[in-house]
Amino acid sequence: MTAAITAITMPKWGLTMTEGKVVQWLKPPGAAFAAGEELLEIETSKITNVVEAEADGTLLRIVAPEGSTLPIGALLAVVAPADTPAEQIDAFVAGFVVPEPSEESPAAAEAAAPRELEAAGQRLRYLELGSDGLAGDGVPVLLLHGFGADLNGWMFTQPVLAEGRRTIALDLPGHGGSSKDVGAGDVAALTGAVAAALTALGIERAHLVGHSMGGAVAASLAARQPARVATLTLIAAAGLGPEINAAFIDGFVRATRRKDAVEVLQLLVHDPALVSRTMVEDVLRYKRIDGVSAALETIAHAWFPAGRQTLDLVAAVTGLATPVQLIWGRDDRIVPVAHAEALAARLPVHILEQAGHLPHMEKSGAVNRLIRQFIEA
Amino acid sequence: MAQKTIRQALHEALVHEMRRDPRVVVIGEDVSGGAGTAGGRDAAGGVLGVTKGLIGEFGEARVIDTPITESAIMGAAAGAALTGLRPVAELMFSDFLGVCFDQIFNQAAKFRYMFGGKARTPLVIRTMIGAGRSAAAQHSQSPYHIFTSVPGLKVVVPSNAYDAKGLLIQAIRDDDPVVFCEHKLMYDLKTEVPDEAYTIPFGEANVVRDGDDVTIVALSRMVHYANEAAETLAAEGIECELIDPRTTSPFDEDSILDSVARTGRLVIVDEATPRCSMATDIAALVADKAFSALKAPIRRVTAPHTPVPFAPGLEKLYIPDPQRIAAAVREVHGYAR
Repeated sequence: MTAAITAITMPKWGLTMTEGKVVQWLKPPGAAFAAGEELLEIETSKITNVVEAEADGTLLRIVAPEGSTLPIGALLAVVAPADTPAEQIDAFVAGFVVPEPSEESPAAAEAAAPRELEAAGQRLRYLELGSDGLAGDGVPVLLLHGFGADLNGWMFTQPVLAEGRRTIALDLPGHGGSSKDVGAGDVAALTGAVAAALTALGIERAHLVGHSMGGAVAASLAARQPARVATLTLIAAAGLGPEINAAFIDGFVRATRRKDAVEVLQLLVHDPALVSRTMVEDVLRYKRIDGVSAALETIAHAWFPAGRQTLDLVAAVTGLATPVQLIWGRDDRIVPVAHAEALAARLPVHILEQAGHLPHMEKSGAVNRLIRQFIEA
Repeated sequence: MAQKTIRQALHEALVHEMRRDPRVVVIGEDVSGGAGTAGGRDAAGGVLGVTKGLIGEFGEARVIDTPITESAIMGAAAGAALTGLRPVAELMFSDFLGVCFDQIFNQAAKFRYMFGGKARTPLVIRTMIGAGRSAAAQHSQSPYHIFTSVPGLKVVVPSNAYDAKGLLIQAIRDDDPVVFCEHKLMYDLKTEVPDEAYTIPFGEANVVRDGDDVTIVALSRMVHYANEAAETLAAEGIECELIDPRTTSPFDEDSILDSVARTGRLVIVDEATPRCSMATDIAALVADKAFSALKAPIRRVTAPHTPVPFAPGLEKLYIPDPQRIAAAVREVHGYAR
């Protein structure tokens, strides 16, 4: 049964990852594991995360020792039935070829790179991964990031959702590689831009996954154009209560230096170690671009004047015919988990322990499973 | 994101700022590039190739070729800055600072102070530094420490194209005189550079790599040699934190002190000569403010106190290299009282 031998390989998290370091194996050689169990921890120049099992199996041989740094696609371990002869494993390891990034066709490299579209007079950057396959219902997924973030925030989410499905991660106006003109910067302006982007991409209907401010934009789109939204997953979303961490918003807008940025970004997560030097540098590089400060100030003023959320989408979200789920981190210090708890009687609410405002990065495996189960149901 | 050379990054910075602000002018020897040659203006694109194309878009009122007289270039630029323009003046080789030092050191640097804060001198002096081309003792020096020692001047020493663009735009928008030091061996070095305009604040070091064993502070081209050494040392199990100050005035003391507080060990790499230099300045800073954190003597890897040799073999020995940097790191790492 050689077909039962499969490889665990170095994942690609984010646009710029070329290699990763095996920090620690969380299962010993020979151990059986179930889908969703944590197998190993990998560190990139930007972030450390765990790799979870996609299916049940047995970790028959660990190929990459702890501490080794390997390119994306490299063989890390072999999964096979416990009674597989050693020679077959040897042959599998010997025959495994690491895909060389340089040998990739230009077309493949092009496909994995972000592109730009014109929507309502604005230039918006997006990353498209995956295409409709056997698993899909033909409805793509649209991922919308939060205030100050960009499409890279979905680095652990998008590749998983893209297995058998078209996925789009969009940079909202004023963010990432999109143009820095945000107009009024309010929910209407951002929702209008997203609707125009869907039209430009030829997407009539999508599963929407929105984080924080992007969650409110997704909910707002569902309320305005319900026929375009198949399901709505709101992660630590804005618009579901008046509280917001004003110190975070102000601090993020103001920070120009590394020290200030680190303090502010650590508010986002349960474990401050997640905030790496390169993550801070990426945020500063974005914030230094002409027009970004003005864009963020305009958005912050429109959404959170006087340190409170003015947008109330509770009635809209609970009144939708579209299926809605909420995902929140228990230790969210930006938008309180109480906003989700208050809706638990009316909507499916998933609260993840040991996660802050970025559960899709801090507990990516659990969040990915919740999204897939929800949109495939 | 597109990979761009330092030459392209500097050119983009000039174009952004000249389009944004009509007060920005470029002045220097052969900045239009080719005047008087058979090809005419813009045929060569300036001696460094950075200003190519500017004369066509912005015209001779804003791209000003001068005679070969640094004192006139710097004097005219300082005066123009005082009266409201924002000149970017080229001092082709920083080695020539001697002939225009009055205009820089005693005029431009002092205007704001002498006029009780009522005068501004938004002047940028772009200048080439560095050895390695066998250009001999009069065209190979790295005298950024001389500029750094002058109150009233800001000094930038970029090591890569991303920093070069953001720091040059910041320099042009700054209201004080800024000396912008470009290493002559780095113009073709590439890194990812955004197409948009952006600024990098002065006095904010870049932490090039993280490490808990030894702090390395390196400037300009030496950042790359230090990084090479750090790669070698990482394979030996020694993790270096590499800090690129990016600007020597203002100077980010905190990033260095915070790092030394963790590592207790410091190596400074500076292509300039070792007396009264950035290397001595940083060593004094750490001895003064982080003495109790030090677990080993501070080591400086610098050029010797001599003119830069012309002979290629000697010049190679003159410039600090990754092997010497690695040896210094091993020495402080292995040091025990």
